Formats: sequence, C-alpha cells, structure tokens
Amino acid sequence: MTAPTTTRTTAPVRRRTTHLSPRLTAATAARVLRQLRHDHRTIAMMLVLPSVLLGLLYLLWKDLPTFPGQPGIFDRVGLTMLGILPFVVMFLVTSIAMLRERTSGTLERLLTTPLGRMDLLLGYGAAFGLAAALQALVTVTVATTIYGLDVKGSIWLVVLIAVVDAVLGVALGLLASAFARTEFQAVQFMPVVVLPQVFLCGLLVPVDQMAGWLQAISNVLPLTYAVEALQEVGSSAVATNTMWLDIAVVAGAALVALALAAATLRRRTS
Amino acid sequence: MDSVVTVTDLVVDRGRRRVLHGLSFAVPPREVTGLLGPSGSGKTTLMRAIVGVQVVHSGTVNVLGEPAGSPALRNRVGYVTQAPSVYQDLTVRENARYFAALYGMSSREAEAAIADVGLTDAAEQLFRDLSGGQQGRASLACALVGSPEVLVLDEPTVGLDPVLRVELWSRFHAMADAGTTLFVSSHVMDEAGRCDRLLLLRDGELLADSTPAQLRADGRSDDLEEAFLNVVRAREGMAA
Repeated sequence: MTAPTTTRTTAPVRRRTTHLSPRLTAATAARVLRQLRHDHRTIAMMLVLPSVLLGLLYLLWKDLPTFPGQPGIFDRVGLTMLGILPFVVMFLVTSIAMLRERTSGTLERLLTTPLGRMDLLLGYGAAFGLAAALQALVTVTVATTIYGLDVKGSIWLVVLIAVVDAVLGVALGLLASAFARTEFQAVQFMPVVVLPQVFLCGLLVPVDQMAGWLQAISNVLPLTYAVEALQEVGSSAVATNTMWLDIAVVAGAALVALALAAATLRRRTS
Repeated sequence: MDSVVTVTDLVVDRGRRRVLHGLSFAVPPREVTGLLGPSGSGKTTLMRAIVGVQVVHSGTVNVLGEPAGSPALRNRVGYVTQAPSVYQDLTVRENARYFAALYGMSSREAEAAIADVGLTDAAEQLFRDLSGGQQGRASLACALVGSPEVLVLDEPTVGLDPVLRVELWSRFHAMADAGTTLFVSSHVMDEAGRCDRLLLLRDGELLADSTPAQLRADGRSDDLEEAFLNVVRAREGMAA
C-alpha cells in the first residue's frame, strides 16, 4: 500500500462575471424604488427639501442690489445649487443604502444568486437617477416659477444635468461605501468626497480666478463640469457644445466610479 | 458515487486564525445532511465555502461537479444565512418576488414559496414587523423561490418554537424526497437525530462523518449528545 499523496490545489480562481442582464438590472432598480416607496418621509424630504433650501437662498439675496448687466447672485448660485443638491443627497442616500446591503448580509446573499455585480450597481444608479429626475423636476419648477430663477436655456436640460449629477453622486456613494465599515464612517465620507468638489467647482470663486494649482485640481473634479454645464444653460438659449461636452465628462466620471465600485464588490471575502 | 458536494482537504484561515483544518467529506444527493457542532466550530465558514463566498487557503470544494461559487451554480444552489438576510423595509411578498426575479422565476413561484413556509397571511407585512421566527422563514422563502437543487441552510431553526421546528424539519425531508439535497447546520444536538447523515465539527476538525444510527453505535449511547461526547473523549484519549 502506498502512502496517499495529497495534492493541494489552490482555491478556484474567481471567475469574473461581467455579463450584464437588463432584466436583473431592472428588477434591482424596481426593488430599490419599492424600498424607497415604503419610506414616506425620505420621499417627502427628497422632493421638498431642495426647494425649501433654494427658497432660503432666494430670500437671502432678494433685496440686495445687483450690478447692471450682470446676472443676480441668486440666478448664479441658485442654478449651481440645482446641480450640487442632487449630487450631495444621492451620494449620502446611496452610501448608506449600500452599507446596509453589506452589513445586513443581503449583499453576500445577492452574490450567490445569478445577479451580476454591474447589474446591482446599475440598478442602484437607475433607481436613484429616477428619484433624482423627480426631485429636479419639482425643484426647477419651483425655482423658475416661485423664485423667478432666470434660466435662458431649456428647463429640461437643467433636469438632465441634475440627473447626470445625481448618478455621479450615486456612483461615488457606491464606491465610498466600500471603504466604510460603519454608518458613522460612511456619513463622514460626505465631507471628504463632496465638500472639496463644492468648494472648487466655481460656486464660491470662479474657476479662472483661482490660483493655478487650485484650477488644476478643480479641472479634474467632475462637479466642476456639472456646474459649468448649468451655467451654460443659464446663459444661453440654445444648447452649447461646451455644455454637451461637460455632461459627457460628468457621465464618464460616473461610469468610471461605477466600474471602480464593481471592482470593490468581492464575491469571496475572508 | 455521485455526491453533490465534495470537499477535499479544505483549509480556511480567518485573519491569523486557522478556522478549518483540512476537511474532506462528501454530501450525498437527495438527503438531509446535518452539520452539527458548537458555536465557533467553523460551521458558518464551511457553509460559506460551499456557496463560494469564502476565501479559502487551500483545498477544493466542488458542488454539482463545478467549483463552488461558479456562475453556473448560482441558479442551482440556494443559501440562507444565519441572520435573516432579507430587506427589512420590504414586505414578505416584495422580498420573495425580488429573489424570484433574480432566479428567473415568476411571481407565482414567489407565492408558492411564501405558502411553503406558512407566511401567506403575513405576505403583506414589512419584514421588520415580523417576529424572529417569521423572519427566518421569510428568509428561507427567498431561497426556496429559486427551486435550488442544493439548499445550504445555516441554523434555520434557531429561535423557533418546537412545533414550528418539527414542521420545518418535515418540510426539509419532503424536499429531500422530492430531489433536493439539503445541508443544514445546527448547534443543538437533539436536531442531529432528524438528519439522514451527520457531520460533527469541533474546532474546525471533522469528528464524525456518519449517520445518527452509526453515531449511537460508535458512541455507545442512544442519546446523541452523550454519544457525541463519548466520541470526543475517545478521540482525545487516542491523542493523549
């Protein structure tokens, strides 16, 4: 009798599932929206809060004199906020939602089902993108009718930019949640990821008046392009090429963030 | 022999600690195989390796002839974690329908799975409003909905009242009779007698791969807990 030879084989290589299933993506988006539907207060806050905050800004500058020939401060800041607010809200909501998937064990369970990682992430993007569209529609309508926000271009373009911005927030939120182990950490990624972009996007100081190195940083932050796109819509009656290019940059950044987020979703963990 | 799960020399580390020390065993088809062992013995880690979500140090785990966790298995293997991993803010029905969609099933199968675990009357309730026992069953329904060939259940009867526990075990056997292979963990020895086959795990090592009858004979006791203790003592006597 010979001694048994034990051949130690290494763990099977994790096969990448890069296939996309529109059906599973849609099912996931529908599930996320259903979760949202059960949370009435979140829906109410999502829809109403940006309009209320914008109203506060409107009242703040209402009676201040404006320089002739220059847009009013509210017209500039209010329009910029239409891009920043959905970005911030969706970043926060998504990073918490994804963290809950991780800590409740549902993520691990999902990864044992036929659902692909990209299906899950795109499902989130679609669901919160849709929520952002509703939010933007309400906010833009209120801003232009009640607060008299002056937008030269199409209001639908403002909504489109807000949605692309929200999807960017979703994508970065999904990515950030990979680095957070607790809700406390997840919430603190908001100032880390969001505030520098808000400071440098051209809202506080126009980008061309910043120091050179700050301009360089501003130029690689996606929110800068979203703000530029909004300013283009605000000042031009027809859609400009710059605006389309800006939108493409923001969408591209969102896709890169989604791909990175997919890479952080490990099917096997230790 | 066409075993459904084949584990060979499986070694798993978690952090710097070795959790499973080279396990080898096979799970036969269409039976209820119980994985018994105290809390901390490595049961959950072993189950995670079988469904392919655990990083393993060495060794192989094959399920239905494929490496554990391969895409081809994701329609065929169902997994229910110990803590119910279901969406708290959805109803039982919405949860079941979502998992049904992931497995390519319709809402009819979702209703059937809800009925199978006896939650039809609670189908419209939010998951977080259910009792602990109901939550476990709702989680189970989300795995049943895919009609898996292999069902891996991590402590499915914890916190259930005795009547429900007996009901659930007879459901497991009915499923096995219908062709499903079940791999069920428990830390309660009185559930061992309900399994067709038994794996006894302690400190990451397999103490027995047996049947309840065989274990009673080996441990020279009709009481499985007692028999298990005798097996452990005999082992430690050998080692000393």
